[in-house]
Amino acid sequence: MLIINCPYCGARPELEFAYGGQAHIDRPVQPADLNDEDWTGYLYLRENTKGIHAERWRHLHGCARFFNALRDTRTDHFLATYKVGEKAPEVTRP
Amino acid sequence: MQRFSALSLLRHGLGRHQGWKPQWRNAQPKPGYDAIIVGGGGHGLGAAYYLAKVHGITNVAVLEKGWIGGGNTGRNTTIIRSNYLFDESAALYDHALQLWEGLSQELNYNVMFSQRGVMMLAHNIHDIQVFKRHVHANRINGVDNEWLTPEQAQEFCPSLNIDPNVRYPVLGAALQRRGGTARHDAVAWGYARAADALGVDIIENCEVTGIRRDANGAVLGVETTRGFIGSRKVGVSAAGHTSVVMGMADVRLPLESYPLQALVSEPVKPIFPCVVMSNTIHAYMSQSDKGELVIGAGTDIYTSYTQRGGLHIATHTLEAICELFPQFRRMRMLRNWGGIVDVTPDRSPIIAKTPVKGLYVNCGWGTGGFKATPGAAHLFAHTIAKDEPHPINAPYTIERFRDGFMIDEAAAAAVAH
Repeated sequence: MLIINCPYCGARPELEFAYGGQAHIDRPVQPADLNDEDWTGYLYLRENTKGIHAERWRHLHGCARFFNALRDTRTDHFLATYKVGEKAPEVTRP
Repeated sequence: MQRFSALSLLRHGLGRHQGWKPQWRNAQPKPGYDAIIVGGGGHGLGAAYYLAKVHGITNVAVLEKGWIGGGNTGRNTTIIRSNYLFDESAALYDHALQLWEGLSQELNYNVMFSQRGVMMLAHNIHDIQVFKRHVHANRINGVDNEWLTPEQAQEFCPSLNIDPNVRYPVLGAALQRRGGTARHDAVAWGYARAADALGVDIIENCEVTGIRRDANGAVLGVETTRGFIGSRKVGVSAAGHTSVVMGMADVRLPLESYPLQALVSEPVKPIFPCVVMSNTIHAYMSQSDKGELVIGAGTDIYTSYTQRGGLHIATHTLEAICELFPQFRRMRMLRNWGGIVDVTPDRSPIIAKTPVKGLYVNCGWGTGGFKATPGAAHLFAHTIAKDEPHPINAPYTIERFRDGFMIDEAAAAAVAH
């Protein structure tokens, strides 16, 4: 089980969290202006990175807040967690 | 190819079994091929076999970064069924099931396909309604599926606990008698041997690191850890790593890769005659010919390429198994492992041409690719050979997500994904 460091509550077991998928996907400012290709990208296309992945987590059974994390999907090692609205920190692989 | 028969067994027995030869060559990469398949699992090896057998394209290479059948082909729970809801799905999965029924004879290789029946348990009103809808939809599509009362379900699977006073009582079940299991390794080996006999090169320890394209963007071949290999047609059948390989040609796909876990118990005498699945409490189980109970769990909640997952996922499944089959409470589990499955938003696969000329993809099988192995391979070979899809896989495009023609087995799931 992963130990995840909630930026608000500290390190907690994975069971307390819900996964929110790829982070930093902005909702379209003018949805009416999007064509079908843009909608496809927004709704369905994901990086599915093998490597360092910026992703959303929610501390569902704790503070219930969303936050972001950098995790290496080759090892499941968490490199950083940070609050929504913040930029992803610079990290180097361990 | 040395053919297997009772006579050949007898003859080699007289020679103390010293005369058996390797079942396929240890092929070295040639500079170029008419077609290259990336990924040496059941789907990829099968596609190479059907390219050679059905379409006469024998100058084919299968490139595998590890060893053949070492990915999801060797990591699944070997369940085969075709009781999917939608017309497109029923056509696809039943095409595969029909090929399974003749596969051992076709390949001259015993894939140990056993139509022992797949029984899906209903635990609440919603399950009953969904499964009955599936039964009716399947029968209209010519796919066998029938509704059982709890007593009939227990008659079919005597170990089943149908006590109404448990947390998840069995209220009925849907049974597909043509469903069952097969020996997963034998599927990879059988296709490899048959493809090799037709001239296909099976090249292991050969990881694709790039896709070379000409000025117009068309495929010229692949860069690998064993050098450049040319081909105007490249079919990618790389399961959980599809996004990585397709990214080399700048093709983005609606895929996310998750770990999916399975586990087996210590081997015991025959006790479990069929496959039992339960969506609501998320467990499925069968008994292998070796005697192990083969148990499948759900996916972990996060994307990953680690081929392992959290122990609590497997624990959750085992708790459900123990509730349904109390006699297994004291069994010990021997091994557990994970595979990386590529999941699409609608939980249906993609078998299609791509925006890149000469590049084809068979992916998105998510948690249920093994059952489709012969069908997917057959249709993928058709798509590569003809440069257009077979009518059965025509709906399974990449563009269906843009155009809104999804085949939404996620919402209609006959099984939890």
